[in-house]
Amino acid sequence: MSGFLLSRLSQSIVLLVIVSIIGFTVLNLMPGGPLAQFGLDPGMTQKDVERLAAQLGLNRPLWIQYLDWAWRLLQGDWGHSFRDGSAVLTVIGRHLSATLLLMGTSTALAIAAGTWIGIRGATHRYSLFDYCATVGAMVALSVPTFWFGLVGIYIFTLKLGWVPAGNMYTIGDGSVLDYLHHLILPSLVLSLVHVAIWSRYMRTATLDALSQDFVKTARAKGVSERRILLKHVVGNALLPMITLAGMQLPSILTGALVTETVFTWPGMGRLFLDSLGYSDYPVVMGLLIFSAVLVVLGNLIADIVIAIVDPRIRLA
Amino acid sequence: MSQPPMREGQVERRIVELSKERRHAKGRGRRRQERTALKGEGILMASDVQAAAPTGVVLSVRDLSVSLPEGMERAYAVENISFDLKRGQILCIIGESGSGKSVTANAIMGLLPKAIRVSSGAIHLDGTNIVGLSPDKLRSLRGRVVSMIFQDPLSALNPLMTVGAQIEEVMAAHDVGTPASRRSRAIDLLTEVGLPDPPLMYHQYPFRLSGGQRQRVMIAMALALEPAILIADEPTTALDVTTQAQILQLIRDIQRRKGMSVMFITHDFGVVAEIADYVVVMEKGHCVEQGSAEQVLKSPSHLYTRRLIAAVPHLTGKDRIPREASDRASVLKAEGLVKTYRSGSALFGTQRIVPAVNGVSFDITSGRTLGVVGESGSGKSSLGRLLIKLMECDSGSILFEGRDIAGLSEAEFRPLRPKIQMIFQDPFASLNPRSTVGHILTVGPVAHGMHYSEAAERARELLSHVGLDAGAFDRYPHEFSGGQRQRIGIARALMFKPRLLIADEAVSALDVSIQAQILKLLDQIQRETGVSMIFITHDLRVASQICDEIAVMHRGQIVECGPPSQIFLDPKSSYTRELVAAIPGEQPASTPEHADFGPHHNRGETL
Repeated sequence: MSGFLLSRLSQSIVLLVIVSIIGFTVLNLMPGGPLAQFGLDPGMTQKDVERLAAQLGLNRPLWIQYLDWAWRLLQGDWGHSFRDGSAVLTVIGRHLSATLLLMGTSTALAIAAGTWIGIRGATHRYSLFDYCATVGAMVALSVPTFWFGLVGIYIFTLKLGWVPAGNMYTIGDGSVLDYLHHLILPSLVLSLVHVAIWSRYMRTATLDALSQDFVKTARAKGVSERRILLKHVVGNALLPMITLAGMQLPSILTGALVTETVFTWPGMGRLFLDSLGYSDYPVVMGLLIFSAVLVVLGNLIADIVIAIVDPRIRLA
Repeated sequence: MSQPPMREGQVERRIVELSKERRHAKGRGRRRQERTALKGEGILMASDVQAAAPTGVVLSVRDLSVSLPEGMERAYAVENISFDLKRGQILCIIGESGSGKSVTANAIMGLLPKAIRVSSGAIHLDGTNIVGLSPDKLRSLRGRVVSMIFQDPLSALNPLMTVGAQIEEVMAAHDVGTPASRRSRAIDLLTEVGLPDPPLMYHQYPFRLSGGQRQRVMIAMALALEPAILIADEPTTALDVTTQAQILQLIRDIQRRKGMSVMFITHDFGVVAEIADYVVVMEKGHCVEQGSAEQVLKSPSHLYTRRLIAAVPHLTGKDRIPREASDRASVLKAEGLVKTYRSGSALFGTQRIVPAVNGVSFDITSGRTLGVVGESGSGKSSLGRLLIKLMECDSGSILFEGRDIAGLSEAEFRPLRPKIQMIFQDPFASLNPRSTVGHILTVGPVAHGMHYSEAAERARELLSHVGLDAGAFDRYPHEFSGGQRQRIGIARALMFKPRLLIADEAVSALDVSIQAQILKLLDQIQRETGVSMIFITHDLRVASQICDEIAVMHRGQIVECGPPSQIFLDPKSSYTRELVAAIPGEQPASTPEHADFGPHHNRGETL
């Protein structure tokens, strides 16, 4: 186990280095850049721009910029935002809780609903429920999220007036209930697509587990169908789902670009979009590394959980 | 003889699916209600039931017909079958795939799906007709009055539950005992089926156990509530021959000790000869013959039984008559072949090293067949893969027609590939379902530079040569039965006019009657073309039919090599002796006199 962890860790480090190099290079090769916005500013002379570039260290060769950035990163210094000069980690921290709230809620919702729908669809295969779940999943997967968001706002905000159209809280209120009130619509809209994905995978995994010989053995033992489902089928069906959950982890923390934009949710997705728009490279690079670490972590956690749950791996 | 389009495994999987649909059609609340009512009444016990059937009969099947859904190749899975299982006897139901033997077992277990249902007839379990009983009453009988063990012990146990928990589950399902008493009973059962260190075994997960050990766990589970009847559905088919002998012995011992009745389903007359008291022979859903084991084995009356028994390969004490006028040039000579599998990482101390092939040497001359025999894990398939260079060997040499091919690169070896061809085990998986037979046959030679029209002509010739009509050229693999597909596989291998054929378990997946036909075909082809053959198999009986020389492999090494007469009559190594002794049904008393194979053997005595 420790050997496995060590080897995975060393692979991860190599992966992160490669991701950061590619990210850094591509970002800096893009036309424009942080200084381009001053090109049309009559108050800025060429000299001013050059002074600014020197100040930000942008006049150095790219590879030195990268090494400098990477060396500081290793020391825990993620750099400072070009926009307001605050530390990148502080900027990320400001948006993380909002994303965590939204994504955490919707993912928990999606996993719970998706698991139930998937199992029920498998045990009641080709029933009306199964057909509805299948068609529903297809719709949720094929219609873009922003459409659901806009339709949701139209119906529940404009027509029914049940929920607010956006933002995380009402300025001047900020009570728990107020937060929840704002959370309902975006988290439901966001969970739609995840329910669809999760329920489809869960259905397949359950069907697979149901067709295993040990289910037949359990029936031959006289075990009740309910117990067969709970004790023999669900456990085996959830094994492959752990990997899927591990792949979901990064998105919980990196946010949903579209949904956060539609509902003006101050999360990581919007931070990324805004930072890109302002060519705020330190923040963009910070987000890139942050999500890369999460992808690696998510997969690692999934592998560890599987190793704990599955005796074939735990004891082998 | 043709096989049904659906294999037995597929049918069973479909049965599982269908039965699940049926069960869930019922409301959950209602089921719970029934269950409590049942407890109040006192559970129906096997011994409570008044015997309506003749005394001494535990299980009586009368005029049982099980209908198949429309669109299957026949209307009934089984039709009008009747037989009795007497108390304390072992009843063997024997038949080839598609004979309906597994459906019969599932009907008795009450595990038939809705789409496949009993359409008429009765199944009396200790006098009670169980046809039409409610699912809950049937569930209460399963595991308590009738138990069942299955073919594949590797998949029949839940990988996430300990052995002990799975045994206790039978008792818990029928509300028998307390957690403490179940636990001690489980350990007793593990002792009873001969597993080492039962208290430790209790906490083990199935993946730690060998196939034979898992089958013992299955038996322990089946015995937990001392059922009157044990149904064993091909319980030794997936096991090695020595393990099979041990499991058969165990089933017989337990049956005698407990006076249990056993319904044993098999396709192997050797197994029948080994344990049966009474035999029912099934063919395509009909019961064609039944009688005492002695009677059916010694003087079968029905033509099908006779054909089936004749097709069973037997150990011949005589050697094959060598092909006339064949030169004795060496075709392939292997020396000191070594292949070691390494997994994990040496850096982190997780490396596992398995010597799969460990210093193997042999020589095969033209027109001769070398049998490579061994149990699973003996390295026989790894050896086969080394020889056609699907895998590089670690050391040693392979002299093919005098040239060492062991060190050749893929590009250097490519021109030689046509000369060494392979016939695979699974005729269903080894043919691309999306290619026509013609394409499958011609694609190789065309890739090696043969003109398509020439290749197509040769393909048609070969198809008729292996016993298929020329129309097969334009058809797809799924239109053929298992035996026919194996013929296609043989034709494919022959397209290249190879010097050496490597057949890896080429007849293992086939029914005995088809097995015999394919062996005959291979023999005929060798006599006509003078091709050499390496015949890899786990079945000594098959090897004795077709091989000039047999190499017995054990843990990566050849422990003994010689003509069949030596291997079977006068084995030198103790492992070979063990292997030969484990072959079921090879006692002199149990083998019928006329069961000899093929025209190319002296009418030899069977062992």
